[in-house]
Amino acid sequence: MWAGFIFSLRQELIVTGIIFLLLFIKVGATEYKTAVILNLVNGLLLANFILGFIGCQDSILFSGMFHTNKLLVLEKNILNLGTLIISLQAYDWLKGHRQVLEFYLLLLATLVGFFFMISAGNLLMFYLGLELSTIPLAALSSFDLEKRQSSEAAMKFIMSSAFSSALLLFGISLLYGATGTLDFDTIGQRLDGSAFQLFAFILLLSGFAFKISVVPFHLWTADVYEGSPVTVSAYLSVISKGAVFFVFIQVLYTVFKPLAANWYRILVLLSILTMVTGNLFALRQDKLKRLLAFSSIAQSGFILAGITGSSRTGDASVIYFILVYIFSNLGAFGVVSLISAQTGKEGIDDYKGLYATNPLLSWVMAISLFSLAGIPPTAGFFGKFFLLMAGVGKGNYVFIGIAALNMVISLYYYLRVIKAIFMESQPEPIGKLTIPFLPNLAFLICVAGIIMTGLMGWVYDYIYSLSIGL
Amino acid sequence: MNQVPLSHILFVSTALFFIGMYGLFTRRNMITMLMSVELILNSVNINFIAFNKYLYPEKLEGVFFSLFIIAIAAAEAAVAIAIIINLYRNLRSIDVEDANEMKF
Repeated sequence: MWAGFIFSLRQELIVTGIIFLLLFIKVGATEYKTAVILNLVNGLLLANFILGFIGCQDSILFSGMFHTNKLLVLEKNILNLGTLIISLQAYDWLKGHRQVLEFYLLLLATLVGFFFMISAGNLLMFYLGLELSTIPLAALSSFDLEKRQSSEAAMKFIMSSAFSSALLLFGISLLYGATGTLDFDTIGQRLDGSAFQLFAFILLLSGFAFKISVVPFHLWTADVYEGSPVTVSAYLSVISKGAVFFVFIQVLYTVFKPLAANWYRILVLLSILTMVTGNLFALRQDKLKRLLAFSSIAQSGFILAGITGSSRTGDASVIYFILVYIFSNLGAFGVVSLISAQTGKEGIDDYKGLYATNPLLSWVMAISLFSLAGIPPTAGFFGKFFLLMAGVGKGNYVFIGIAALNMVISLYYYLRVIKAIFMESQPEPIGKLTIPFLPNLAFLICVAGIIMTGLMGWVYDYIYSLSIGL
Repeated sequence: MNQVPLSHILFVSTALFFIGMYGLFTRRNMITMLMSVELILNSVNINFIAFNKYLYPEKLEGVFFSLFIIAIAAAEAAVAIAIIINLYRNLRSIDVEDANEMKF
């Protein structure tokens, strides 16, 4: 009994184990070397990622509170991979930071929260997982304690996330009143589309929309991304967003199946608004972090377009896109993080002439941005192609046409960065930077992922074989 | 003894929800905004307990959920106040209008 129990919960237990180990080091050791700790943690995260691939069987624990199956394990592995890459990239920034252990304690606590949220089979478990991940994230975005921008970003983040989880909770309470249960499967059976249930659903949807920065609720995104340390912005934009998307799609496809006709219309509208607003605001940014923030809002719109497909293709394309998105966005954020840690420069104009001094970083940035824009040889193209194909399944061609047009708009601002790096020059370009081994490894993983994931068809086939449809 | 009907209790909780929302949108002091969020959370608690008692008294799911909400609201407030104190050290003010370094 215990063996099966531990086996089903192993990913959560391993991360919790790492947290406790770091906590013991923090409490027990009087002094430690930051470099040793960083290598230790990265090794442990690598082991965690590899151990995630042990086969698994479907199981349900805690009387329906916790589900696990192959799809969920795959999603957790994707999040593990993203966390590992982020941790490798953070090396340069954390090397000079005094509170390296606290950083990892908070970061891994959010990861456990996401794991429980993904596996939740009950609204209570879902809410606990969400809060376990949100509260440490707010503390993380304030991690540059003496910087004014960082604490301002943290304030904006905690206020908006407290408000969004309050909305979500009000929706959950109404849903409980309407159906009399908190269990996902039972809620699905008792939904009939009455006005009361729709109101509860709208509140729940707005809670989700805050977390994935869908347009009417996106205002916190750019400020938080700009103010937080780059590593935390990267974590927010890929891991946090990806995990909530995983849950969102499961909740829509299984729990709110009876309301599918209603949420289809809402999602189409939100998707168009998100893509257009994200792209138009990205056009006028001159700081790279803000540009990436608005580009990540626009990408959320594309992911919503895939979700509206409401078929197995929809689920598979979303998971595949998030995998690709982790590689491409982390490639871009990794370069920004390295340059910001070594020179403190974050504007697009500062990147002029980067190619002359740092060809490697320039190429990583260019490949990542091409993948984000969706240019064919990279995996980003296939990701967006599958999303739009899933959306087309419903036959709403006008909507997909708008999405395709938005891809063209987004090319403008991605190419503007590439133009600054490769074609323009300035009197004082960023000097030659030394890239330590671990961030170099992270760049290698990202570039290999961007190029290989698109070319290896079995990745998508494997995700498709596990995914769920409506 | 006559019981208070469920609709009355729901009216109170919905009013509390919107008062909290109104406070969050109009107040400019961070601590007061935090208190407004707590109002919304309390309205959720009232909802849960009322639904549990009136409609589904055979199980205690609603009561347990409200216990968890109380605990998490405390954790959230602790982190939020820590962040506000840190912001105060940098900014010398807890007015949200002064936290305007990043815009658009």
